[in-house]
Amino acid sequence: MNWVWFHRFGSPPYFYRMAGRWAPWFLALAALLLPVGLYGGLAVAPTDYYQSDVFRIIYVHVPTAYLSVMTYTWMALAAAVALIWRIKVCHAIAAACAPAGAMFTAVALATGMIWGQPTWGTYWAWDPRIISELFVLFFFLGYIALRGAIEDRDRADRSSAVLAVVGVVNVPIVHYSVDWWNSLHQGPTLMRADGPAMPMSMAWPLLVMLASYTFFFVAIMLMRARAEVLRRERGGAWLREELARLGAAT
Amino acid sequence: MREFLDMNGYGTYVWSAYGIAIGGLVLSVYLARRQLRLARDEARRRLAMQEVS
Repeated sequence: MNWVWFHRFGSPPYFYRMAGRWAPWFLALAALLLPVGLYGGLAVAPTDYYQSDVFRIIYVHVPTAYLSVMTYTWMALAAAVALIWRIKVCHAIAAACAPAGAMFTAVALATGMIWGQPTWGTYWAWDPRIISELFVLFFFLGYIALRGAIEDRDRADRSSAVLAVVGVVNVPIVHYSVDWWNSLHQGPTLMRADGPAMPMSMAWPLLVMLASYTFFFVAIMLMRARAEVLRRERGGAWLREELARLGAAT
Repeated sequence: MREFLDMNGYGTYVWSAYGIAIGGLVLSVYLARRQLRLARDEARRRLAMQEVS
């Protein structure tokens, strides 16, 4: 097994350049898929028999809720790797996840509230799925606040990484909350052992939206991680070279 | 067209949810680009300071 590629990603200049090369492609792919998914969800998918057209909120609610939990998992993983192997680039990646994750979580909660009013008769319920998802939001915001409160970057990296790893207990709770407790929230529709519980005409826009949101996340994460790498760099010939090249281009 | 916008009476719910979702994406991409630009400016200033001293 060749581990050279792995160590290369730990090198700030290599990561900075690679991320710079890949981010625009992910962003372009995400932006290309988004209108396809929106058109499919709003115009092509047939009206639901029980929920009528309000079910179309699923095409923005499920992708943001899924990305909220995925982003948290990825952030905790990067934080754990950074703590264990002391790889600075991984601290940069973890820090880059939090703002996007907070946005996904807030949008998932907001769209869920909007969906709840016509279907459950209330915007908010103290329901296991909603409470556990609210905790995910608090962990993202707490992570951001903690980083902002500590001046020394190395200490901020380590403290916030510990917080990120501790908060990962929330992830299985969010996922299984609808099975473990009596919940108002409906069970999974797409990711079930016996296959999706919706016809293909309803499922494909959801898959396209999930892909689009995932690519948006990767692009945002790479852009923010590059900014974090720059902030961690003290001098360094590669940085001088990079900025000079950029200066010549603009 | 009016029928499409009405969403069988659920138009307000559907369109506000989609508006929030797309607004969140646009804002996130904008803020990420802004952070990258600010970090570059900061790095430039830092390097300039090092050259002076």
